[in-house]
Amino acid sequence: MGEPVPATHTTRETKTSWLDERLGLGAIREFLAHKSVPAHSATVWYYFGGITLFLFMIQVATGILLLLYYRPTPGEAYESVQFIMTRVEFGWLIRSIHSWAANLMVLAAFIHMFSVVFLHAYRRPREVTWFSGLGLLGLAMAFGFSGYLLPWNETAYFATKVATDMASGVPLIGEPLARFLRGGDDVGGGTLTRFFGFHVAVLPAITTMLLLLHLALVQKHGMSTPLSLDGKPVRQIRFFPNFFLRELMAWYGAIAVLACLAALFPWELGEKADPFAPAPEGIRPEWYFLAPFYTLKLVPLHVGMVGFGLLAILWVTLPFWGTASGGVVRTRRVATAGALLLTYLVIFSILGHFK
Amino acid sequence: MRLALAFFLTAWAAAAAPAVNSCAACHSEQAEAFQQDIHLRHGFSCTACHGGDASSEDPTVSMSKAKGFKGKISRTAVPKLCASCHSDATLMHRFKPQQRVDQLQQFMTSVHGQRLAKGDTGVANCVDCHSVHGIREVRDPLSPVHPLRLPDTCGGCHADAAHMAKYKIDTSQHQEYKASVHWAAVSKRGDLSAPTCASCHGNHGATPPEVSSVSAVCGTCHVLMEELYAKSKHREVFASMGTGGCSNCHGNHEIRKPGPEMLAGAGSVCQQCHDAESEGGKVAVQMAALVGDLKTELDRADEILARARLSGMEVSEALLRQVEGREALVMAHVAVHAFDLAEVEKPAKEGLAIAAEGVRAGELALKERNTRRIGLAVFLIAALVAMAGLGMAIRAVEAQPGSDENPSGR
Repeated sequence: MGEPVPATHTTRETKTSWLDERLGLGAIREFLAHKSVPAHSATVWYYFGGITLFLFMIQVATGILLLLYYRPTPGEAYESVQFIMTRVEFGWLIRSIHSWAANLMVLAAFIHMFSVVFLHAYRRPREVTWFSGLGLLGLAMAFGFSGYLLPWNETAYFATKVATDMASGVPLIGEPLARFLRGGDDVGGGTLTRFFGFHVAVLPAITTMLLLLHLALVQKHGMSTPLSLDGKPVRQIRFFPNFFLRELMAWYGAIAVLACLAALFPWELGEKADPFAPAPEGIRPEWYFLAPFYTLKLVPLHVGMVGFGLLAILWVTLPFWGTASGGVVRTRRVATAGALLLTYLVIFSILGHFK
Repeated sequence: MRLALAFFLTAWAAAAAPAVNSCAACHSEQAEAFQQDIHLRHGFSCTACHGGDASSEDPTVSMSKAKGFKGKISRTAVPKLCASCHSDATLMHRFKPQQRVDQLQQFMTSVHGQRLAKGDTGVANCVDCHSVHGIREVRDPLSPVHPLRLPDTCGGCHADAAHMAKYKIDTSQHQEYKASVHWAAVSKRGDLSAPTCASCHGNHGATPPEVSSVSAVCGTCHVLMEELYAKSKHREVFASMGTGGCSNCHGNHEIRKPGPEMLAGAGSVCQQCHDAESEGGKVAVQMAALVGDLKTELDRADEILARARLSGMEVSEALLRQVEGREALVMAHVAVHAFDLAEVEKPAKEGLAIAAEGVRAGELALKERNTRRIGLAVFLIAALVAMAGLGMAIRAVEAQPGSDENPSGR
């Protein structure tokens, strides 16, 4: 028997070097030690990207748990969600968090988008980051649209009928598009399984790829700084632990809000969908579709769809028309456009909710 | 080319010009009302009833007896004139294959028809109910015989004291019916199958139901009640008293929503015959208690479940079960018509068990809601502590000299 070896220290070191050799942890440590982000008066808006990502992770986790019990058929969907809410231990909490987090995620994504617009973070060389971000916002809304039908309740059923009817107003491809979405002539079992497939397979796959691209681009170009700081020395803080701890605090804030909403206002299940029943009064989509929904009540369907198409193209190409030749940002033009869009969304969403 | 155009314009003008109806020139009011008449829609004109030749603008031709002109139809002649078409099965089949063709036959059995046959023109004939020149289908809400308008149409004569005086008929029916549960069903719930005057008295063969047939008339809708009543002791008793069965307790035109108060307590209908201390009186009180308790318990369960639901709790299964409880309450009400305590006890006990389940489910849901709120409070405290810890950690990290400056990285 020799002298006792300080086992703990040696063993930990051995384990670390074993993992380091195989996983390259040293490189990650090195990366984190040197990664920094700019710190300025508008930094607070940058947290919303991280909050959106955090809420997406919650969606994935709770969605997987719901998948353990959910059954995507018209005969069983409603009952399976009812089972989750009444019989499964903490099922009500998981479902409620999933529903509320979906809404908060879209809200956080919208705040993130408008902060990018008003801080002009879309400018060169971040055009592709802007495109991928808009794509992710569109996917978040598609998640909401497809997930809304899955409980197969009355409001979801009729809202999906209205929404797919609206899709038929898209010029040239309207009818085939509506048929593709419904999986038939009308909303039914085919629509439910199709939406389920989109919600748990197609959309997550595309989102994961686009999210990785978005994050890679954020890493490549770094966080943007406000225009007013261009050419001036900007204070930098370490990403880890300084920025990470602040982001973590924001995540705690988000989860506290989420917990309050889920516990105090559990997401209702409503009545089971009855395709033969008359549509109940006050059918309306989720809040983030209210503005286009109300607009389409005021203008002819085809005109509205063409208008939204043009608006989408205009918004996606913002980095181009928002920047003059020579890279000078047209701040007033972009800020005005952003303010107009934000005003339109707020006012029409309120009108859509109350009228 | 010009010839063809002239031919076309002439033909078009001829086709577009309305057919001549010389009656309208003088009888514009009737002609206007006739525009809404179902007979016009089926191609009948003034001459179908009044005879004559409407195509001639010469009154001596259009209203000549040679052309079959009948002029104003006398009140006694109206039923037979209408029946000349409406009793013709072959003719009616062309327009409405399922339409009955025995209206005249029925009318002649009615008090109206019998009096009219004796020359009394004060009684109703076809046009008094269906109107004269603007006759609409019964299902048309503007028709005077549509369920929503029929009581007023009947009341036009039967609520007119001056008109009814010579027949010595009471005129309170219209007002009483309008206060009834039946009229509420028609007018407030929009249930057009709920009874109006014709449902009990008949339409074309309108006659007051005889005492012996009252329960049969009510039983056309209230089937289960009628069955139980037919087997009960009361049937024979009421028959021997020479009074109508159902109307003894429920009245006739002013039928109110029934409830336990009809069975027991001051002013209850049972106490009109049964002393409260008698055997029958005691059974009535027990039945009232059962039905009353069931209603109270179901209301209590509904209230608790509604509170739980408003708190966001999922109680739809319990609410669905409550529907069965309400059905049991209806069955208990129905069972009262057997006037047998055991018959009422069965559905009442089933309903009470369901109500107890509802109360239990509601209380559990509210308890669960409170547990959730406590859990939330604990979580929020933990989150706040964690956030405070993070805040302190951030301060500690940033207090280290040079900790936040890292301009080399990205």
